[in-house]
Amino acid sequence: MNQVAVIDYGMGNLHSVAKAIEHVGTDLASESGQSTEVVITSDPARIAAADRVVFPGVGAIRDCMAEIDRLDVGAIVASAMKKKPVLAICVGMQALMAHSEENGGVECLGLLSGRVKFFGEDLRDENDTRLKVPHMGWNRVAQTLDHPLWRGVPDNSRFYFVHSYYVTMSETDQVAGRSVYGEKIVAAISAGNIFATQFHPEKSQHAGLALLRNFLTWNGACD
Amino acid sequence: MALAKRIIPCLDCDRGRVVKGVQFVNIRDAGDPVEVSRRYGDAGADEITFLDITASHEDRATTVDTVRAIAGQVFIPLTVGGGIRTLEDIRTMLNAGADKVSINTAAVQNPEFVREAAERFGSQCIVVAVDAKRVSAGDEPLRWEIFTHGGRKPTGLEVIEWVGRMVRYGAGEILLTSMDRDGTRNGFDLELKRAVSEAVNVPIIASGGVGNLDHLADGVLLGAADAVLAASIFHFGEYTIREAKAHMSARGIEVRLD
Repeated sequence: MNQVAVIDYGMGNLHSVAKAIEHVGTDLASESGQSTEVVITSDPARIAAADRVVFPGVGAIRDCMAEIDRLDVGAIVASAMKKKPVLAICVGMQALMAHSEENGGVECLGLLSGRVKFFGEDLRDENDTRLKVPHMGWNRVAQTLDHPLWRGVPDNSRFYFVHSYYVTMSETDQVAGRSVYGEKIVAAISAGNIFATQFHPEKSQHAGLALLRNFLTWNGACD
Repeated sequence: MALAKRIIPCLDCDRGRVVKGVQFVNIRDAGDPVEVSRRYGDAGADEITFLDITASHEDRATTVDTVRAIAGQVFIPLTVGGGIRTLEDIRTMLNAGADKVSINTAAVQNPEFVREAAERFGSQCIVVAVDAKRVSAGDEPLRWEIFTHGGRKPTGLEVIEWVGRMVRYGAGEILLTSMDRDGTRNGFDLELKRAVSEAVNVPIIASGGVGNLDHLADGVLLGAADAVLAASIFHFGEYTIREAKAHMSARGIEVRLD
């Protein structure tokens, strides 16, 4: 039994990601016999007992961080990332960074060294065409390093994004994927047992499901 | 390399069935919204919009079940609209697996609801649906007004001003329907789309009036829409989503083809 804990800290829609993992888990079971169980929980003991952890997040970072702090989710993630694969998604990825500009500036978990910046009110592409914010829809992700989670996912596949703030980081060896939306943004990060995506794999159909399936068979740290 | 313009099929559902009728090529009566959503997902739709037109409150439990079933099988974004009036309605739909909710009449009746919803759930899941009708006479500057009740009830609200207000209150996206064009198959009201799209910084979904594939492309190229929504041209197998994307691509629009 492959048990996946989706960390529930009261922020938004965890069911999409749970359902997508269950879906790929069913496929995997029919091929390898390995079954997958998804639990949505904030219980540190259950998260500690799981084989893999998903750290999702939607909404505003201030509210997310308030709940993360209240439930001590930072300690849970920090502990999990030492021992097992962790997939952080969207605001979950942003929460791992040191700081976010959102809501007038919010200190985040600082488990990774990046910063979260606003796209701005006057974002433009290379042809000086105005770009809407949020960055909402299907954008290409260039894979900037080999990683087990990219297996079977064609380079430059489109994934579904919805966000107004984006991650920049100086430790470029951790950047696993990049996208361009006015700015060059970090679309995916690989750091030891953590894989993080700005996009929503659970909403990105074939490419996203392939990534989630890879997560279910990934044993963690690959560098 | 840029963000793809989205194509969104819309399902109008009553008590758990697609009511405008859907017929895929070689497949008759696909009135089951779960089946229809799955087919559209397979065909390359970028999102699904599910519009609940169920009249009675009691029958809404069916809608929640349907949304849950779609979300369990279709892994692209799902927007649910129709009858979203309270924070509890939003929570119920998000918990069932919707990614966004579309708020229409409730926003007109109580604009603060949009602010509360965006604060509670985040702008990324709050779509404000706007039903607009042209009210300017021939030689006047163009002016559109918000109508409710399927275009029958004027509200006195001017569209550009209203949309700006909704975005300030936290709407993350605008679903903009031209009530003059809805059902006509004569194409979008492109002046309306462009005026709204240029007035605000959030994505605009163009809706109302699509009769052929050029209309979809025009919505993006001339109407400055970020996404185009249609129902009947897809439901009856007249055009597939893939044909629509190939056509838009041929007209130079970036779409998701993979």
